[in-house]
Amino acid sequence: MSELVLATEGGDEMTLNMGPQHPSTHGVIRFIIKTDGEIIREAEPDVGYLHRAIEHIAEKCSYEGFMPYTDRVDYVAAMTANHVWAEAVERLGALPVPPRAHYLRVVSDELSRIASHCIALGAMAMDVGAITPFPYCLREREYVNDLMEELCGARLTYNYHRVGGVGWDLTDIWRDKVLRFCDHFDGVIEEFNRLITYNPIFIKRLARLAAVSTAEAIDFGLVGANLRATGFAYDLRADRPYALYDKILPRISWQTPVGKGEVGEVGDAWDRFWVRVEEWRWSVKIIREALAQIQETPHEFWTPPKKLKPKGEATARVEAARGDMHCYVVGDGGTNAYRARFRTGSFNAIAMVREKSAGLMVADLVALIASLDIVAPEIDR
Amino acid sequence: MDAQAVFDLVAARFGDAVSAFSAGAPKDATFVIAPDRLVDVMTYLRDDPALRFDFLQNVTAVDWPKEQRLQSVYHLFSYTHRHEIGVKVNLPRAQPRVASLASLWKSANWLEREQYDLLGIVYEGHPDLRRLMMPDDWLGHPMRKDYKEATEYRGMPTTRPSPMNLILAYDKAHPTAAKKDGPA
Repeated sequence: MSELVLATEGGDEMTLNMGPQHPSTHGVIRFIIKTDGEIIREAEPDVGYLHRAIEHIAEKCSYEGFMPYTDRVDYVAAMTANHVWAEAVERLGALPVPPRAHYLRVVSDELSRIASHCIALGAMAMDVGAITPFPYCLREREYVNDLMEELCGARLTYNYHRVGGVGWDLTDIWRDKVLRFCDHFDGVIEEFNRLITYNPIFIKRLARLAAVSTAEAIDFGLVGANLRATGFAYDLRADRPYALYDKILPRISWQTPVGKGEVGEVGDAWDRFWVRVEEWRWSVKIIREALAQIQETPHEFWTPPKKLKPKGEATARVEAARGDMHCYVVGDGGTNAYRARFRTGSFNAIAMVREKSAGLMVADLVALIASLDIVAPEIDR
Repeated sequence: MDAQAVFDLVAARFGDAVSAFSAGAPKDATFVIAPDRLVDVMTYLRDDPALRFDFLQNVTAVDWPKEQRLQSVYHLFSYTHRHEIGVKVNLPRAQPRVASLASLWKSANWLEREQYDLLGIVYEGHPDLRRLMMPDDWLGHPMRKDYKEATEYRGMPTTRPSPMNLILAYDKAHPTAAKKDGPA
């Protein structure tokens, strides 16, 4: 193989355009690829096709009125984007949140994470050539969407969290349904592992592919499952708890899932896949525990803020489906945010593609992008 | 380490170059750095064993037209010590130039590109300071408070007539509409 590369060095370099409407780029992203035969010399991501200036819109509407727009920051896991905005504004205005709202946020976040990982893992398997897992994953995601619809009336862009709480309380029927879904989903994870995770062809395809070291990941600002896949145990839910995760995680003897290099190198594409499968397991456990604890909380689920005109600046960090989402909001004493800023997991991940792609095969670029779980609207906002 | 202790360490070393500490909680703990000392202070924050801010979480530019300044805000976090702090640099709005941090954290590369694109802070020494979100030939920086959108971009209008107007015009031209206005 290396002889083949040497033979054409400096020779037949070709510039190719991948995207913006390429099915494997997970949204509208363009890559300008310089290749030498099948080997990539450099793949430069060109983003901005989905830039809707959501941060600018935040300056034009009230703190509460901006909530539906946060759904569009990351529409694959909209709930966590809701959460980070609500939390940032609550910190800014020093607003109280009833405990029941925190539990409902946890349950909805984790359901959202399960649905998001369904897309991430199913699409990743499909991108490397395994078609079957994708419809399986979409089927599970439909169950979650049904549950979400029953909770808040929407299947994709939920607008469920509020500044100071959540929009609606849960019903006993809904609670039972979620618990039934959890029992069902445990079996699905086992089935999924038999179907694809430990499939020898799939492992050969992804093992040792684009391995990222911990130092590199921190330098590039990789967050979430991508960071944990490098063997570094850091999860905001456990290490910087918010929204009563600190009451839930000790009760389920939480252990942050990290990449172990089981089939190849630590931090390779397969590890990134496997860490997300493990996150499914923990999400199910968190939901069960939160739904048990929520029974003992008072029924108040929203403390609507009065005269919300905060001054100063605040940040919130939430473990979104694509990792640590950072929201910075500046208030100048008006009803609107003076400046809002979201730094999302996909943004840092895509910035890394240029460096990691050199030397890969063209077909492996798709696997790299998929394994980083990049969602285009989350990059551009 | 809490934010006050971080600031005390930095202030002991850099004196007047750092100022205006605010403790925040639950809001942000932040302090301000003189623009010409930014790289020195940031290198210290990253490399000192007691501080070790290894993760540049976010770079944000904030426009303050009344005070005639642009602010570049950096949020740092340390995976080693699990502490965090916000750092600000105030720049004159007419000449917003500040040293790039891309040589310290690789994540700064794209974060600074985005802020350059949308608010027009020039990060000097940046390896690749091009627009990120807007097209390369776009004029102006859209998230400045005084930004006025151009009426067209490359012959494409940036606004369009309301589709309602088309419907109203159609209604007016419709034969039945004429009858209504005429004598019964």
